[in-house]
Amino acid sequence: MSSTLESPSPRTTEPAGGQAEQAVRPLVVALAGNPNAGKTSLFNALTGLRQKVANYPGVTVERKEGVWALAPDLRPARLLDLPGLYSLDATSIDEQIAHDVLTGRMADTPAPDVIVAVVDATNLERNLYLVTQLLETNRPVVVALTMFDLAERAKLEIDVKRLGESLGVRVVAVTARQRRGLDELAHAVLSAVGVETPGVCWRLSPRAEEEVLLLAGDGAAGREAALRDIYSDELPPDAARREAVEQARERLARSNPQWWQEPLTARYRWIERVAEGSVRGTQTERPSTTERIDRVVTHRLFGPVVLLLVMGVVFQAIFSWATLPMDLIDRGFGALAELTRAHMPPGLLTDLLADGVIAGVGGVLVFLPQILLLFFFIALLEDSGYMSRAAFLMDRLMRGVGLHGKAFMPLLSSFACAIPGIMATRTIENPKDRLATIMIAPFMSCSARLPVYTLMIAAFFSEKKLFGFVSVGALLILSMYLLGITVAIVVAWILKHTILKAPPPPLVLELPPYRVPNLVNVAQAMRTRAWLFVKRAGTVILTISILLWALMTFPRASHNPAPGAQVVAAAQTASQTGIEPTGETSQGAGQAQGGAGEASEQLQQSFAGRLGHVIEPVIAPLGFDWKMGIGLIASFAARETIVSTLSIIYNVGKDADASSPSLIEAVRNAKRPDGSPAWTPLVAVSMMVFFVLALQCMSTVAVVRRETNSWRWPLFMVAYMLVIAYAASFVTYQGGRLLGLG
Amino acid sequence: MSIAYAALNPTANILDRAETFETATVSLDRLRVGAHARVLAVKGEGAVARRLMEMGVVPGAPVRVVKCAPLGDPLEVRVRNYHLALRRSEAQTISVVLES
Repeated sequence: MSSTLESPSPRTTEPAGGQAEQAVRPLVVALAGNPNAGKTSLFNALTGLRQKVANYPGVTVERKEGVWALAPDLRPARLLDLPGLYSLDATSIDEQIAHDVLTGRMADTPAPDVIVAVVDATNLERNLYLVTQLLETNRPVVVALTMFDLAERAKLEIDVKRLGESLGVRVVAVTARQRRGLDELAHAVLSAVGVETPGVCWRLSPRAEEEVLLLAGDGAAGREAALRDIYSDELPPDAARREAVEQARERLARSNPQWWQEPLTARYRWIERVAEGSVRGTQTERPSTTERIDRVVTHRLFGPVVLLLVMGVVFQAIFSWATLPMDLIDRGFGALAELTRAHMPPGLLTDLLADGVIAGVGGVLVFLPQILLLFFFIALLEDSGYMSRAAFLMDRLMRGVGLHGKAFMPLLSSFACAIPGIMATRTIENPKDRLATIMIAPFMSCSARLPVYTLMIAAFFSEKKLFGFVSVGALLILSMYLLGITVAIVVAWILKHTILKAPPPPLVLELPPYRVPNLVNVAQAMRTRAWLFVKRAGTVILTISILLWALMTFPRASHNPAPGAQVVAAAQTASQTGIEPTGETSQGAGQAQGGAGEASEQLQQSFAGRLGHVIEPVIAPLGFDWKMGIGLIASFAARETIVSTLSIIYNVGKDADASSPSLIEAVRNAKRPDGSPAWTPLVAVSMMVFFVLALQCMSTVAVVRRETNSWRWPLFMVAYMLVIAYAASFVTYQGGRLLGLG
Repeated sequence: MSIAYAALNPTANILDRAETFETATVSLDRLRVGAHARVLAVKGEGAVARRLMEMGVVPGAPVRVVKCAPLGDPLEVRVRNYHLALRRSEAQTISVVLES
């Protein structure tokens, strides 16, 4: 239990944002409301595109602020959009943040002068619960009644004026889509500044009121303080008062074990009376449209089918529709790099620009199509109300792993690419469940692994058939997907029983009515996601990409142009979805003239090459030699980079792709110093296993860093996935040799 | 009483039935799909019980079981004119009185 009755700052009796002070600082208005109450639509309607998104300090909760032009002759207000919440008693981090902002405890965020409570007219009683708590903060409150048209259509007649009288605050009916009631809302907010709200309007049982009175002394303020002290989590700092409160709680607990529930029940009793007085109309038991849709959508048999179809479309979109724009970005940056080379004197600076910076920026932007598409669908599904149904359907399965039903969508998206998948975990409220989901997302075999699979299978398993008709290659790829999923399930189970130990996430989930998605909200959500990715993850990706470039460029072998750069460049410009690096996408046809042999020599001379030698003893038990080691190091930029790296090492030119005959030939013919073949089918399988399980992707590291707001989790992720990958490859290779497959 | 009996989930064990017969109360998870009831008490403690009550599941509130998910869990109930999904384990902590 925690308190909702706090009003830590003195009551706003003088007009904090009145006309006189308007010149000094803008009015601060906070939007608070239940999820699905139409808060985002209202926020977008009030601010237009004048909004910015950031994080609250130290947490990953988004802080949305916009500019609200209240009236033409007044200074515009700062409008804060708080996370959706059902109650001010914090059970989730979102609610904690909202509570802190509303009570003026949030650093860098001024206490709001007016709180606009967004209330869904079709769901009045539950929405009013938060309003009762907002009234208890003693800050000026205005109620914005949304979905008014829908309520009318549902034959619910709400007497707005009487509702306002019962609540003791102004109530304004608004329809964000048609921009109705917005001016009236602005007026209500302006006239509410400095007006005290009624405070606590409900009464407890006589027994409880007795205790409150005993503690309160006299006056309304005393009563509220007493209520706060008795029913909040914390005890008052004053020792005498603390003892009095503890004794009161004990007495209450003796007479009623569920004593702590009283304020909650009392609020709803009060709400019922308010609703009775101001709502007319029959709340028919006739099944609503939503219920009729749900007869199919959450049906025992059809429900899963619909879910499968929806997910199929989403998956198809990020897996294949995104490839065209990604390819364009790819070529665009390839061309840009070429242009840079053509117009600058050859040298280190040009290399850095073309292969480090331009390739790095391209490597960031190449993710945008997938991110935009995924968040288009997620916003659409959230806004329409389907997302909760997906969680409802999947909850039983996901709970088996210890995860929330909402983890399903992010994990599925991760089969295309873990970056948007990890970003999509934001819908999971509980931080531990969210972290567990993030930690296993990279095990879903993403499309960047496909070039690796393709090369290995083309080189060693292309013609092989099992029982004469089952392609061994296809079977291997399927096994890799299953391996990723299996390890993910095991890891999730372990995490949820150790460092992320928590009771199975409770599911108390609203299934909101189906509504036509608001396209402005959808567009805004896409824009926000894209921008946050570019700004936060982008800088890390760019940095690592330049670092890797340097690793493969220095020390310089001779006067040759830096071929190590080409590796990173090829990786960066090659899209992350499995579009294999092709001749056109890599830049610098003229650049390659240095010759494949010299390029190979430079790479072997570079730090990366030397590192390959250094790690050889470590990776030898997996069946890998030092040349493959260089590939492993380089592929930290992005998994498919190993293909272009091997091409350079084996002197077939960096432009070879995963199915290029010369590269396949080179891989087959590669020899160890003792003359034995470097690659065998077993080494190839070991390599594939390693790639399924290791976090060979700097972009994932960057995005996890951003989503968890610390370096601890991404580094832990790299480490534990490396351990698992090493162990699995070790078992594969050594086990295979024991069985005589080597 | 007979209506109360009819709305019971047939899997309820005999002991529960005996208890039920006396008080006409059951836990929410034992209601048949379509049954109407009124909340008598939320017996749980901690964050989940609090969340349920904040969502409107307080003593006296009418509830109706709408359906259960394809794998039998969670449940969908209608309360205060909206739909709420909750697990059977949570529904178990809510005792209700059947209504005809």
